[in-house]
Amino acid sequence: MLTITDLRKVYPTGDEALKGVSMRVSGDEVVSVIGPSGAGKSTLISCINRLTEPTDGSIVLDDTKITSLSKRDLRRSRREMGMIFQEFNLIERLTVMENVLSGRLGYMSNWKAFRRKFDAEDISKAYEILDRVGLEDVEDKRVDELSGGQRQRVGIARAVLQRPKILLVDEPTSSLDPETSAAVMELLTEIAREEEIPVVINIHEVDLALEHTDRVVGLTDGRIVFDGPPGELDDGARDTIYRGGEPRAKAGERTTSTESVEIEPEGSF
Amino acid sequence: MSRADSSGSDPLPAEESSDSWIRPTVFYNKQTKYIVYGALLLFVLWSAWELRPSPARVLSGAEAAQGLLATMFPPDFTPEARRRIWDGMIESVAMSIVATILGVAISVPIAVMAAENLAPRPVYYVGRAIVSISRSLHELVLAIVAVVTVGLGPLAGVIALVFATPGFYAKLLAEELEDIDNGQADAIRAVGGSRLQVLVYGVAPQVVPRMVGLAIYRWDINIRASTIVGIVGAGGIGVTLLNSFDRYEYDFTLAIVLSIIAVVLAGELASAIIRRRLQ
Ligand SMILES: Nc1ncnc2c1ncn2[C@@H]1O[C@H](COP(=O)(O)OP(=O)(O)OP(=O)(O)O)[C@@H](O)[C@H]1O
Ligand SMILES: [Mg+2]
Repeated sequence: MLTITDLRKVYPTGDEALKGVSMRVSGDEVVSVIGPSGAGKSTLISCINRLTEPTDGSIVLDDTKITSLSKRDLRRSRREMGMIFQEFNLIERLTVMENVLSGRLGYMSNWKAFRRKFDAEDISKAYEILDRVGLEDVEDKRVDELSGGQRQRVGIARAVLQRPKILLVDEPTSSLDPETSAAVMELLTEIAREEEIPVVINIHEVDLALEHTDRVVGLTDGRIVFDGPPGELDDGARDTIYRGGEPRAKAGERTTSTESVEIEPEGSF
Repeated sequence: MSRADSSGSDPLPAEESSDSWIRPTVFYNKQTKYIVYGALLLFVLWSAWELRPSPARVLSGAEAAQGLLATMFPPDFTPEARRRIWDGMIESVAMSIVATILGVAISVPIAVMAAENLAPRPVYYVGRAIVSISRSLHELVLAIVAVVTVGLGPLAGVIALVFATPGFYAKLLAEELEDIDNGQADAIRAVGGSRLQVLVYGVAPQVVPRMVGLAIYRWDINIRASTIVGIVGAGGIGVTLLNSFDRYEYDFTLAIVLSIIAVVLAGELASAIIRRRLQ
């Protein structure tokens, strides 16, 4: 179970990306985080494994308080969090197999890692996962020879090979065409359910979120303004998330105003 | 001009003329430009004055040059001369190879230290400082220091070239490292990889081809440098060259110079071909 309490992030530039976010993800829930560009979705995800160092607040995964770990202990905890990236972040010049196996690096000594000496068990599991994501017979190809959809499948395989306690996913489909996007989302959520791993997915396309996830969290300007099942995400809730509470018609009329609008949490929040 | 005339009768302020264009200069205005040019001219005159080559001096220099050229031809390529050139050259090339391998080996960690995105702040400054010091010292200066420290011979030359290498190699590799796709390194951090694993998996694959290319480039520079450090006694063909001067064997000198040119050109060619292959 992941518990986030009052998480804040202020970037050195002064940008206040998260202004006190609290949420809980448990069991094998698939949670999507939606919100306009700049809302802080990527910041939220990368604060969870501290690729971005949070400014304040706490993050607890099962019994481990991530936010107070030392560098060394943080590395141990990161092994238990799989991450999937918008730009895939695969090692372009390495083979598909090496990329998938790199998911196990956290468990290997530097010396073994240096010699690419992966455990036989990890290798056979990697083959299994590659089959599962539909990438049979490409293990020897270099990643830069693959299509976008194939790359994201490699990204998923790498994260799953970690045997993580949670999957953190940042816009897995925004570098992909719509058809591939749907297939990748389908695959990702299916695997998560098979492996019984909870997932937090940032996603732009609301339709994909509604179709594939159990719960939707709406983030606007660094705050959670909606949290509920897809069925509760009605027009009013969408307006709250994407237009700061302005109803659709009225928002259409406003063309010049730049004043900020106070956000009232509503609905199930 | 015609444009200015027409705007004279126009009550509105003239717009920027669109049919004439003056190239923007790096100087603020014409005055600054002429002041800078004038200062440059004065500087050249002052340098000439400082050196003051008298006509007599120029004349005697020309005579000496004539004498030298006369004794240089034909170059001495007798079997004995060829053997001495060969020995010196082999030593130089061996020095350049050893120095390149060792120099690159010490440059790689220095480059990582000097890469802003990979090293903590204090380490970064140390890395940059090492690069700057290495860059600011010429191979010959390093060779003199090395000769004083370890004595005459190729060891001193190798040491000089090893210490000169980071100024080039670590500097360029550090720039390369700062340009990598950080996402790949982040991915390895995210799976719990250690600092070293991040370097080996997240960073190295992105720069390895460039590392090889730079090493070959540096090797070609080291060949050239290895032919000259002998002038201060640090081994290689330079020692042979120096001896030929001392013995007034100018025809042998010419043979050595021609051989150096041939070897350096061959090295440059080989380096260019290999580097092109790597692309
Ligand atoms: N590295 C950074 N340095 C400074 N400010 C940043 C940095 N990353 C993000 N920000 C700022 O933090 C805020 C939230 O950014 P974030 O990337 O988390 O939003 P997002 O919801 O993921 O947006 P998008 O949908 O466009 O990906 C933005 O105002 C952004 O400008
Ligand atoms: Mg984002």
